Amino acid sequence: MSVASIGEQPRARIGDPVLTFDNVSMTFPDGTEAFRDVSFELRAGEFITIVGPSGCGKSTILRVASGLEKPSSGMAARGTDNIGYVFQDPTLLPWRRVRANVELFAELHGHGATERRGLAEEALRLVGLEGFDRHYPRQLSGGMRMRVSLARSLTLRPRAFLFDEPFAALDEITRQRLNEEVIRLFQSESFGGLFITHSVFEAAFLSTRVLVMSKRPGTLVAEFPVPFTYPRTEELRFDPAFAELSREISGALKEAYR
Amino acid sequence: MNARKLLPPVAVLVLFGGLWYAVSYLLLDPARRFLLPPPQEVWQVGFADAFNRTELLQGLLYTARVAVTGLAVAVVAGVLVAVLMSQAAWVERSLYPYAVLLQTIPILAIVPVLGFWFGFDFRSRVIVCTVFALFPIITNTLFGLKSAGREMHDLFTLHDASRTVRFRKLQLPAAVPAIFTGFRISGGLAVIGAIVGDFFFRQGDPGLGVLLDVYRQQLRSPELFAALLLASALGILVFWIFGWFGRALTRHWYQPADDRS
Repeated sequence: MSVASIGEQPRARIGDPVLTFDNVSMTFPDGTEAFRDVSFELRAGEFITIVGPSGCGKSTILRVASGLEKPSSGMAARGTDNIGYVFQDPTLLPWRRVRANVELFAELHGHGATERRGLAEEALRLVGLEGFDRHYPRQLSGGMRMRVSLARSLTLRPRAFLFDEPFAALDEITRQRLNEEVIRLFQSESFGGLFITHSVFEAAFLSTRVLVMSKRPGTLVAEFPVPFTYPRTEELRFDPAFAELSREISGALKEAYR
Repeated sequence: MNARKLLPPVAVLVLFGGLWYAVSYLLLDPARRFLLPPPQEVWQVGFADAFNRTELLQGLLYTARVAVTGLAVAVVAGVLVAVLMSQAAWVERSLYPYAVLLQTIPILAIVPVLGFWFGFDFRSRVIVCTVFALFPIITNTLFGLKSAGREMHDLFTLHDASRTVRFRKLQLPAAVPAIFTGFRISGGLAVIGAIVGDFFFRQGDPGLGVLLDVYRQQLRSPELFAALLLASALGILVFWIFGWFGRALTRHWYQPADDRS
């Protein structure tokens, strides 16, 4: 990732493949098999969510997708080097103020101070945190810290955005707000989103496609296209079609626990 | 610091003073009162008397000089060793056992040997201080440098951060609280080291340790207790200074689990 001016890169063109998994399997050196024969393609403008039992290797899929881990077999190809990645923990540097935290990635890529500042301010505006740039992370709520984490990734305008259960530790209302936030970002940035969660409702609400994974070693056992149009709002959660889809995904997930 | 926070330690001080008087005047008969002279006598003989005061303060100065020099050497060497250990597992594997050894060998037994090798004056005293102070600095600094979580490291990996960038922007700032904990512990140990050095080495400027020994031999107990108080005060001062610096540097973000402020 040595893009000098990553901030001015054109947005991802919808339909460009940003991530391709072709029969990817992952076994750790200690012999634990995380997942087996996983294949899917993620395009810009598409939002895939993977649901599955705890410990089924979902998070490892993201680690492989990001390049942090090499798969033991198969091919994981990235159509872009510009990848955003948020974890369940906001992973902010506690000694840095909010703005310095948001500037971190741009800083690591060698952007100058003025440019960094501009990128950070814009990203903070996108997640609704203007005016908090002088705060320290410990002065913020869990939801706000997660927003900072999102903003930090947004500064580089990622073309693929990986989410590893980012809202699992938050309360229900905060989680729903952030879901809507992610959808807004997805619409404006049109990245390819790959989201991991335990929550069937979160999966159905966010995605264009939901993949269900079996327990370890994880394999993809079901796929559900999600037909609802964006922007998705509060009301969708009470739509009978949404309830029906959630029920189906839920059923597949129960099967996956067998 | 408000009255509420100040009250408990002050209460303990009052209690301690009361106990001291009680032992001096009630428990000890006048013939044996030299075993624990009452506080005002320690003050009059040790500090109000110009000759003794000069001698004690001179001793304090020498001891402080030895302790601070030894501590400075330990800080530089300890942090350096810990940084090297944090950067390469093989360095840690090769050096750590010897760092532990430094802590576990009966240190009093090697002090005379140090005198053999390096003489019986300032230099040896400093080396004793350094040996006393080194281990906590190494372990705490190393612990701190390793305290950043895996996901934090992942972020730096994802963005192709070089080793030095990772060190400067992640590992070192994360280590600051632990580094200062090490300094604080070692500050007290360096003062002990300076006094121990005095017990064994008689050449060079006489520090508080030499005075303690002389007063003990001559049964000059008020001076003995005055020297003891000064030695403790020095240790507390060093401890407090590092604590203050550590807190000042990290107060925005670091809150120890047992901080009740």
